[in-house]
Amino acid sequence: MLAFIIRRIGQSILVLLIVGLVAFSMFNFVGDPIDNMLGQERTAEDIERLRIQLGLDQPFPVQYFKFLQEAVQGNFGVSYRQGRPVAEILLERAPATLELAAVSGILAIIFGIALGVFTAIRRNGVLANIVMSASLIGVSLPTFLIGILLIYVFSVELGWLPSFGRGDVVDLGWWRTGFLTESGLKALILPSITLGLYQMTLIMRLVRSEMLEVLRQDYIRFARARGLKDRAVNFRHALKNTMVPVITVIGLQLGAIIAFAIITETVFQWPGVGLLFINAIQFVDIPVMAAYLMLISVMFVGINLAVDILYFFIDPRLRADRAGGH
Amino acid sequence: MVEPVLSLRNLSVEIPTRHGIVKPVDGVSYDIGAGEILGVVGESGAGKSMAGNAVIGLLNPPAHIAAGEIWLKGSRIDNLTGEAMRRLRGKEIGMVFQDPLTSLNPLLRIGDQLVETMLTHLDISQSDAEKRAVSALEEVGIPGAAERVNSYPHEFSGGMRQRVVIALALCAEPSLIIADEPTTALDVSVQAQIIALLRRLCRERGTAVMLITHDMGVIAEATDRMAVMYAGRLAELGPVRDVLSHPQHPYTHGLMASTPLASAGKSRLHQIPGAMPRLDSVPEGCAFNPRCPYTTEKCRQAPAPRPESTSAACWYPLAREKAS
Repeated sequence: MLAFIIRRIGQSILVLLIVGLVAFSMFNFVGDPIDNMLGQERTAEDIERLRIQLGLDQPFPVQYFKFLQEAVQGNFGVSYRQGRPVAEILLERAPATLELAAVSGILAIIFGIALGVFTAIRRNGVLANIVMSASLIGVSLPTFLIGILLIYVFSVELGWLPSFGRGDVVDLGWWRTGFLTESGLKALILPSITLGLYQMTLIMRLVRSEMLEVLRQDYIRFARARGLKDRAVNFRHALKNTMVPVITVIGLQLGAIIAFAIITETVFQWPGVGLLFINAIQFVDIPVMAAYLMLISVMFVGINLAVDILYFFIDPRLRADRAGGH
Repeated sequence: MVEPVLSLRNLSVEIPTRHGIVKPVDGVSYDIGAGEILGVVGESGAGKSMAGNAVIGLLNPPAHIAAGEIWLKGSRIDNLTGEAMRRLRGKEIGMVFQDPLTSLNPLLRIGDQLVETMLTHLDISQSDAEKRAVSALEEVGIPGAAERVNSYPHEFSGGMRQRVVIALALCAEPSLIIADEPTTALDVSVQAQIIALLRRLCRERGTAVMLITHDMGVIAEATDRMAVMYAGRLAELGPVRDVLSHPQHPYTHGLMASTPLASAGKSRLHQIPGAMPRLDSVPEGCAFNPRCPYTTEKCRQAPAPRPESTSAACWYPLAREKAS
């Protein structure tokens, strides 16, 4: 088990290095930050001096290497636009995104699994078929459109919920949370639905198809032949087996929720890291972009590592194989 | 006469299809007494498993019981509702499936699966159920049962898993066991052990057994009486010794003649001409008539008489060579 985790962490670091390299190779094409940083009355010497000062005169592998050298010491550089350390800016913005992602993720998992199980058990029911048809909307509509529709209905027409921002936040010193105020919670509703809807329908459809497959297995038939109650057969026997493949996808989707928060944050002007990233691209703020991409990769890789470890607790067959088995 | 544990009366199962209604089980009647093992043989699709599924109430829709009655220990069970039938499953009727590799839930410890089954049907405490789980495993001959109770199914071999399945089927002490090809997926060397185990446990407890198989060796080895099925109908029913040595139905005769014998040397194996009809095109009259060497006009028109306690469904049963 420990050897497995160490091996997986090694692989994760390799993935991070490659992601960073690809990201840096692309920064050359997003534009020239110098254009934005110096005013109209710049001279060729000013440009050259700033370029050397920022290290932009060097080829990207060298830039990347320097970035890594600094990054492992916790120093992600200074934002070109704001003139403040990137780490500070990210830490300031991260709670907004993480709270949004957490709420969306939990909504997606709870409703996705519940509706998936429901539509699998009541396969021919009228309500289950309505849910299945409705889920096509969630899968096929683009996120920004859902966000705009929700704003139109609930903010513009009904006026129930705010259309942008986080509402009032409470500062806990190192974390500014929107969970503790009414306006903060209200502001969370529309963005989290927007962000979680696609993941929810995806999880639901996956749970349904996996569960239908599991319900056809001999051990389910044998469980029924032993007279176990429907609830025990469906939830104790079928759901647990259903979850093994579903967990992989949920893990990937949690990473995607954080990454795709960019679109939702833009639609709702949510002051998180996604919005920060969009603004950074417009300004070619390379340190912010680099740090953001690394942060997202770390989360992706971390979540997948957690998922792999979770397998050990769910599926006894894996435990045996790793221990040397049979 | 003692009341039989299981009694089928003219049982028919129908499946509506696009090409009309097919009858995988058509007017089958037989009894199984306490402690008795009835072997049900027939080719694939002869309706032997379908009859077993009908008894335990696990027919896959749209298959359903269309006619006839099923009696268990003196009460009729074919008309029970879903919940009442569920209470009978496991408690009064146990079932053993063909493939032990797929009939145990891979994610649950076998002890938990045993305890869960007992707690569903018996009024006992968790700790009593745990103790009984160990003794149930001991009874089916699993060495080190006290530790093995915490093992997962993948940690057992195929034969051991089938023992666990038998323990699970028997743990709430049902009065009837339906064993649907319990040895087909096993090694030949393990088959005999499993059959002997099933036989011993059922003798000891007086459990009636419906042993569904296509293996004549298993029938000869384990059962008291046998029922031969053909195209959903009962072809012949009787004590194993009589049926095997002096089959009265031409189909049973053909089956016996096509069983290879070690003593027969390299002579060509007998075969019955043709194949069993598809269920949507069972011929008029006796279902076996197109393949039977003794067919007459009567066989083509009138369905054969249904066998009573011991006889063949045939207008012209083969004469017993010697009175038994």
